[in-house]
Amino acid sequence: MSIQRVRRLVPWIAAAAVLAACSGPGSDEPAKTESPGGQGKLESVAVVTHGSAGDAFWNVVKNGAEQAGKDLDVRVDYNSSGDPGQQAKLIDNAVAQGVGGLVVSMANPDALRSSIEKAVAAGIPVITINSGENDSAKYGAVTHVGQSETLAGTNAGKRLADAGKKKLLCVIHEAGNIGANQRCDGATKAFGNGSTLQVDINNPTDAQARIKGAVEADRSIDAVLTLNSQVAARAVDAVKEASSAATIATFDLNSDVVEAIKAGKLLFAVDQQQYEQGYLPVVLLKLYQTNRNTLGGGAPVQTGPAFVDKNNVEAVAALVSRGTR
Amino acid sequence: MTVATPVSEQSSEVAAGPSLLHRILVRPEVGAALGALLVFVFFSVITERFLSPMGIANWLDDASTLGIMAVAVALLMIGGEFDLSAGVMTASTALVTALLAVHAGWNVWAALLVSLLLALAVGAFNGWLVMRTGMPSFIVTLGTFLALQGLNLGITRLVTGTVQVAGIRSAPGYESAGSVFASTLKIGGTSVQASVIWWIVLTAIASFVLTRTKFGNWIFAVGGSLPSARAVGVPADRTKIILFMTTAFAGWVVGSCMILRFTSVQANQGIGLELHYIIAAVVGGCLLTGGFGSAVGAAIGALIFGMARQGIVFARWDSDWFMLFLGVLLLAAVLVNNRFQKRAERVRR
Repeated sequence: MSIQRVRRLVPWIAAAAVLAACSGPGSDEPAKTESPGGQGKLESVAVVTHGSAGDAFWNVVKNGAEQAGKDLDVRVDYNSSGDPGQQAKLIDNAVAQGVGGLVVSMANPDALRSSIEKAVAAGIPVITINSGENDSAKYGAVTHVGQSETLAGTNAGKRLADAGKKKLLCVIHEAGNIGANQRCDGATKAFGNGSTLQVDINNPTDAQARIKGAVEADRSIDAVLTLNSQVAARAVDAVKEASSAATIATFDLNSDVVEAIKAGKLLFAVDQQQYEQGYLPVVLLKLYQTNRNTLGGGAPVQTGPAFVDKNNVEAVAALVSRGTR
Repeated sequence: MTVATPVSEQSSEVAAGPSLLHRILVRPEVGAALGALLVFVFFSVITERFLSPMGIANWLDDASTLGIMAVAVALLMIGGEFDLSAGVMTASTALVTALLAVHAGWNVWAALLVSLLLALAVGAFNGWLVMRTGMPSFIVTLGTFLALQGLNLGITRLVTGTVQVAGIRSAPGYESAGSVFASTLKIGGTSVQASVIWWIVLTAIASFVLTRTKFGNWIFAVGGSLPSARAVGVPADRTKIILFMTTAFAGWVVGSCMILRFTSVQANQGIGLELHYIIAAVVGGCLLTGGFGSAVGAAIGALIFGMARQGIVFARWDSDWFMLFLGVLLLAAVLVNNRFQKRAERVRR
């Protein structure tokens, strides 16, 4: 190596030295610059979820949060990204804006850890929703509002087993969603005999074809469990096309699911009442900021599982089309 | 490393150019810089916190990982090729590192080394296959993209039973590896991510290689006209293979930053990002047809993307319209860019 080459390397070595001198990995040190909102008042809440834009499920969460904002006179900003790194940056963004309260869904808790801890250290109360129940308190969140996925899956599996079914196919529609896996794990464990199928929620044609293929290839499958209302409708069509006699059940509601339950094509829907996951955190944050209230000593608030079947489907039908169920 | 040649294609042309103004205007990144300035001023004016130290750290952070990739992708595009596997590569390398460190109990550094070697192997394979078969790189890397996507999900579920790998924080060597890829640097009371430093350093290196070395000339040559480049003795195969390996290397850097910072990675990460890299490079003045562009331009393209993406959130616009805002902003930046690029092209070609 010539002298010139070495000389050329000097700036990079210097840069490396600077890097080595700074704080450790992932330890975003919180900047305690601004006290948000001011105690005794809640002006704004940022809701940052992992739902993709245009997802029917998350639309209901958004509606809930926005309605709570209107009812309580709090400014609610909703943002989302399915990419955990991007979601972390959205949280950082909310902290930089100095919001009065933060609502976060944690599909990938590890990735959000330092961002959430930074928010907590900056004095912003955080409430986690939907997924991430186990890590919520650890990261300093006030409480968690959601449904235990494994428990919901277990209950769904039990109900299908009670209906006398013998072989279960559990359809996963998002490859990176840990909650979806927990549901299927819970369901297959409680049911006893089951397998999973991976489909892509962004490609309904493909999803329907794959479910059809699966029930055609194995005629002994007599129960199909989908984890999303849009996929449920595809499963109903797929099973019909394959002339299979399989019973279908799903997680989450939409108008198609309501119609299918009415028509007896779907046995039941597990409803986690996600409107509450949008609405309640804003209420809880308001009470926390204005009155220092917490609920149940910070224990997770369960919004589900509730079951919608033939017996109660009429009551919720109108609410589904209104975007609140 | 190639030997540096002081007289590059650019500098000889620059010497021929008469005025300083003209010399500035023919640079491919000038348009992008103006676009970036436009976006910067826009959000600085309409939002309160965009210009605060925390706000700046926030959009720089967003731009950095995109920028690291965009710079490498720009080099490849100047060389006349695409890499659609670049987005998924960031997840693949992170998954390999995480699986080896968490599930096999390896030291993080050893895991990083293996994932680097795998990334370079995939890059070399892409390049070799493109040159060997003469098929468009669009098709070849689309194949690699799909294959890696399947491997990511399949292997992760096979080994862990779930779709995320977490827990690298407790692996041996995490602290030291993390301080290189995921530490934060205090500047003026706010913390800047290590990925921002990587972004700046890699942009500088890429820019140096492109404009000041013989290898840089080869990149322009193979992207401009492959037969002519071959005719004058440019080792075209080697050049292109190295370029594919460069994007794979950048994928490894970003993957490593992600896994060490977020300490977890999910199997479907990175899908779709390959287009963002290409967009950033194009906004930064690279031609889709090859043979023209710059590394600094691509870095600025990424900066525009990051500023727009976070600026929209700072502006508190309804997120339903997010993609529309982003699209319009990018188009505006590209249009500003285009006026200048046209001038530059006329001079160059």
